[in-house]
Amino acid sequence: MTGFDLIATHLPVLTVVIPLIAGFLTPIVGWIDRRLPWYWVMLATLVILLITLSNLATVINSGTIHYKLGGWNPPFGIEYVIDLLNGFVCLIIAFIGFMVAIYSKESVKKEVPGKTTQFYTVFLLLITGLMGMTITGDIFNFYVFLEISSLTAYALIAMGDRGDGVVASFNYLIMGTVAASFILLGIGYLYAVTGTLNMADMHNLLPDIYENKVVLAALAFFMAGFSIKVGLFPLHAWLPDAYTHAPSTASALIAGLMTKVGVYAMIRFMFGVFTPAFVIDVNMTEILTWAAALAIIVGSVLAIAQSDIKRMLAYSSISQIGYILLGFGLVNVIGITGGLLHIMNHAFMKCALFLVAGAVFYKTDIRNIYQFQGLGKKMPITTTVFLIAALSMIGVPGTVGFTSKWYLALGSIEADQWIFVAVILVSSLLNIVYFWRIFDNIWFGHPHEIENIKRDEAPLTMLIPMVILAILCVFFGFFSGAPIEHIFEPLATTLLGLGGVP
Amino acid sequence: MTGILDVVYAEYNYWIYVALMMIGFYAMIAKKNLIKKVIGANIFQTAIFLFYVSLADITGGTAPILPHVHGGEHVEHAADVIYTNPVPHCLILTAIVVSVSTTAVALALIIRIYNEYGSLDEDVILAARKSLQPEFSEYARQKSVDEVSRQ
Repeated sequence: MTGFDLIATHLPVLTVVIPLIAGFLTPIVGWIDRRLPWYWVMLATLVILLITLSNLATVINSGTIHYKLGGWNPPFGIEYVIDLLNGFVCLIIAFIGFMVAIYSKESVKKEVPGKTTQFYTVFLLLITGLMGMTITGDIFNFYVFLEISSLTAYALIAMGDRGDGVVASFNYLIMGTVAASFILLGIGYLYAVTGTLNMADMHNLLPDIYENKVVLAALAFFMAGFSIKVGLFPLHAWLPDAYTHAPSTASALIAGLMTKVGVYAMIRFMFGVFTPAFVIDVNMTEILTWAAALAIIVGSVLAIAQSDIKRMLAYSSISQIGYILLGFGLVNVIGITGGLLHIMNHAFMKCALFLVAGAVFYKTDIRNIYQFQGLGKKMPITTTVFLIAALSMIGVPGTVGFTSKWYLALGSIEADQWIFVAVILVSSLLNIVYFWRIFDNIWFGHPHEIENIKRDEAPLTMLIPMVILAILCVFFGFFSGAPIEHIFEPLATTLLGLGGVP
Repeated sequence: MTGILDVVYAEYNYWIYVALMMIGFYAMIAKKNLIKKVIGANIFQTAIFLFYVSLADITGGTAPILPHVHGGEHVEHAADVIYTNPVPHCLILTAIVVSVSTTAVALALIIRIYNEYGSLDEDVILAARKSLQPEFSEYARQKSVDEVSRQ
């Protein structure tokens, strides 16, 4: 009966409140001493990580957590809901946030000189926005957090390359505003027909009025809005520039998390606000699978054409988002399991790859992959991490990428969509093509250059998170059985079962 | 018999919102000037505010304030009076704040773009970026390989 009990009931909301308050205190911390914000952000993200772990444990042990803000009951007040799905997404956000926070020290000092305090303030606010989007059970509250995360992302990207970063950020802002406005309109339509803003309440009220054209229009607006947010293929135009020109730390954070949370929101709206039966009925899932298949192929092909490593990774992100959405579009348990797995796996892999790109840039100022010759000798640990993450991206057995692709392929077979199996295989081959160019340059680069290269590894604060992520890539490659059985498959079943699909 | 005009007139507020939204959307996509894009975004968002606010209105409704709150008679009165729905107004108040901050960020970015490129025209900026940073094409790769072998 002490202070801890008092806090324990408020743990769900603290995942949002802590980064928010810590974010606004960062300028004061930075004013006391300029080196402090890094420790401050590490502390804040570590605390969030611990809280999300405890939340997830509570969910696994005693079921979904409902937290009423201010004690108001759900249909009227705002409610935070943590179930298995968003508990797991929160954990990924907190974990990647913590890893990137550790990494950021040297990289931010170099790439955003003199503005570290501002950078860390926005960093924490971005985490606030993402956490809020994930955790909330109120549809309008979701929109507010979506805008918080978008605005902070614009600011982070604008801190990147002089000129280019700002233009990329502006383009993203215009696209992001269109997306957010569509989502706001969709929310308005649903509010007009149901009179509620609570997601669970809406989920119960909507099935009676599915013939109403307004509901269909709302679904269309949501899907269009989220497709822009996640960078689904025909609407991806903002993504490569934004990822390429942001500071390395911000790229890793945004590439690892922003699109994942967008995908999570898409799933939440498709299965948690509408019902799977309705979404299948209006052919939305079929459209989604075909768009995803197109994204997989086109993203990989465009990645081959790039020579800037960050731009290449950005195009590869577009194709990986395709994998995740393909899994969800198939709407069977195996496919959705694959999609969920790929959310986690892609967060690890892509974050690790962007961190490597940042470390290489930190040491050598090089981003063009054709100048990577001899890097294998200069930065052996960094390049090994790159090798592991890239192999995982290709889907070599023994890495996480293999498991999720395997499930996606099985899901496609179960749905009798053999064409998507072919798409997955072809895309894996294309992945080999674009990563092989880099392997080739790193390890088999020009011989007479290599002889006078000295070992010059990235600093320890950069190496630790990269190595941890690489280890996780391999660890979950070998030991993914237990999490799949206990978390992902039940999750997929509940997601589909929510709407009572036959 | 209802003609098309009657249909339009019966719900003219929604038609206005759709028209405004399309104007804003067009400006965001088609205009080359960055400031005009931001203005387009503002029109777009204002149209959505209009939609929400007209959603809230009920014919003959008054402001949702309970009469005689201090007197204690409000319980009897509350049932007779028709109130407009206050929730969309609150929602849109939040959305207006969001819209203002988006505009602020956009204008801040535009100032930095102008300082960097000396223009607000999209085409000029694109041309300037191309000339500043040549894409590393196959040609550039060949050149860097040649340079290395010459050393």
